Amino acid sequence: MATSESVRPPLGASLPSSASSVPVTTVTPRHSALVRVTHWITTLCFLALLLSGVEIVISHPRFYWGETGNVLTTPLFKLPIPSSRALVPTGYGYVLPDQNGWSRYLHFQAAWIAVLTGLLYIISILLSGHLRKNLLPDKAGLSWRAFSTSIVDHLRFKRPTEAEAWSYNLLQRLSYLFVIFVLFPLVIWTGLAMSPAFVSSVPLTVTLLGGQQSARTLHFFVSLALVLFLLVHIMMVFLAGFRSRMRAMITGRADHKERT
Amino acid sequence: MSNFSRRKLITTGVAASAGVSGLGVAARLAQKYGLVPPDHAGMYGPGETLTYASQRLLTRHSLAREFSPSQISKPPLANELAPLPDAFKRLQAAGFADWRLSIDGLVDRPGSFSLPQLKSYPTRSQITMVQCEEGWSYIAEWIGVPLHHVLDAVSVQPHARYVVYFSIQPDWWDSMDMADALHPQTFLVYGMNGGELPVGNGGPLRMRVPRQLGYKNVKFITHLTVTDNLKTFGKGLGSASPEGGYAWYAGI
Repeated sequence: MATSESVRPPLGASLPSSASSVPVTTVTPRHSALVRVTHWITTLCFLALLLSGVEIVISHPRFYWGETGNVLTTPLFKLPIPSSRALVPTGYGYVLPDQNGWSRYLHFQAAWIAVLTGLLYIISILLSGHLRKNLLPDKAGLSWRAFSTSIVDHLRFKRPTEAEAWSYNLLQRLSYLFVIFVLFPLVIWTGLAMSPAFVSSVPLTVTLLGGQQSARTLHFFVSLALVLFLLVHIMMVFLAGFRSRMRAMITGRADHKERT
Repeated sequence: MSNFSRRKLITTGVAASAGVSGLGVAARLAQKYGLVPPDHAGMYGPGETLTYASQRLLTRHSLAREFSPSQISKPPLANELAPLPDAFKRLQAAGFADWRLSIDGLVDRPGSFSLPQLKSYPTRSQITMVQCEEGWSYIAEWIGVPLHHVLDAVSVQPHARYVVYFSIQPDWWDSMDMADALHPQTFLVYGMNGGELPVGNGGPLRMRVPRQLGYKNVKFITHLTVTDNLKTFGKGLGSASPEGGYAWYAGI
């Protein structure tokens, strides 16, 4: 684990000559086994959390700020969707079936697996140097010039070169870092802040956020940000070459059998 | 086969068996210290067990947040109620004068209490939040007698592990472990916001467990059973909630 992905292959190794269609395989996988396994476990957990989260929101599609909020108080905003509870005035003439039981069981189980997987990932990228080498931008890479070049390249939907396919570009690094070290911790924090038992032990988790309903509203928005990341992430995979990127994240191999 | 892969195989094997036996030991310890919820079987058992065990270790003695009188929600919310049974309506018509709370099971002095008897115990109040699993919440002042006073009066036996509590509503019952039952904020509530507890909020007698979600706070309590085994109640999942698809432990 410590060495597998840290050695970047010589550039030529991953560049098949255009005359040859012989696959060039490299010993070093594009993504280490640990990155690949944690990536797909996190993917499954995220989809489970998203589905169950949507189901839970349907039982009360109103959001508030502060400590308390219910159908007798003014919401910050309402989602224009029907609800699974007759208690909620939605304007729709029907009530959806209650799906909260299994949704809640699934939500918390997926959260546990995601958090434990995330911890394993964080510890391993710290130990293996993946964080330092591949995620943190180096000094040269963190200039305004590099930043603007990266933005322009993205806006032009420029496909990455073969060499770039072996590393993360600047915007990619920054967005991954943001997801790993800002959005995931925030979504865990705001989630824990809704637990009456957890906050009885650590009240600051909820008071710092401005109250239990504020925590719920923030949880919703952080989840939205994560969904936005997921959509852009999938779009970028398509732009960069769906088959090769999926193969790299599933098998670890980044050789190019097909010519582009 | 190189030495390397053989070594890898052996290491993996040792690690896997250590992991499996480690899990076995953890499961036995968790059972011993009461860290396994009654609805631990099935697909979502591992997540439920992790939640319950970690919160029991972290929150055994912690106190639910209390609020100031100015934070009490006005007007107080009363959630929807299923139609009340005739037995309730008869008692209501008589001003709940004949309402009884009976207690049996692993207690030395099983008995039955009237509302005036419960009110003769030390009255306590708390301003705490009711949080519904759906997402809404409100704050109210809850007035009643701490459950541990009543349990002391009937003298709970040392091997008791759970208190099962029943509503006058058929099929509405729940249970909690002794950590919650003996917790200073777990009340049998008969008053709210300075007055009587309204029927809409569970009057004349409601269980208040402020460190768990609203649905553990069963309304119209008539009966408690102290037990060391939840298997004999309903489908053996600890309460009516898991039978309806909801988790037994609701501290989340």
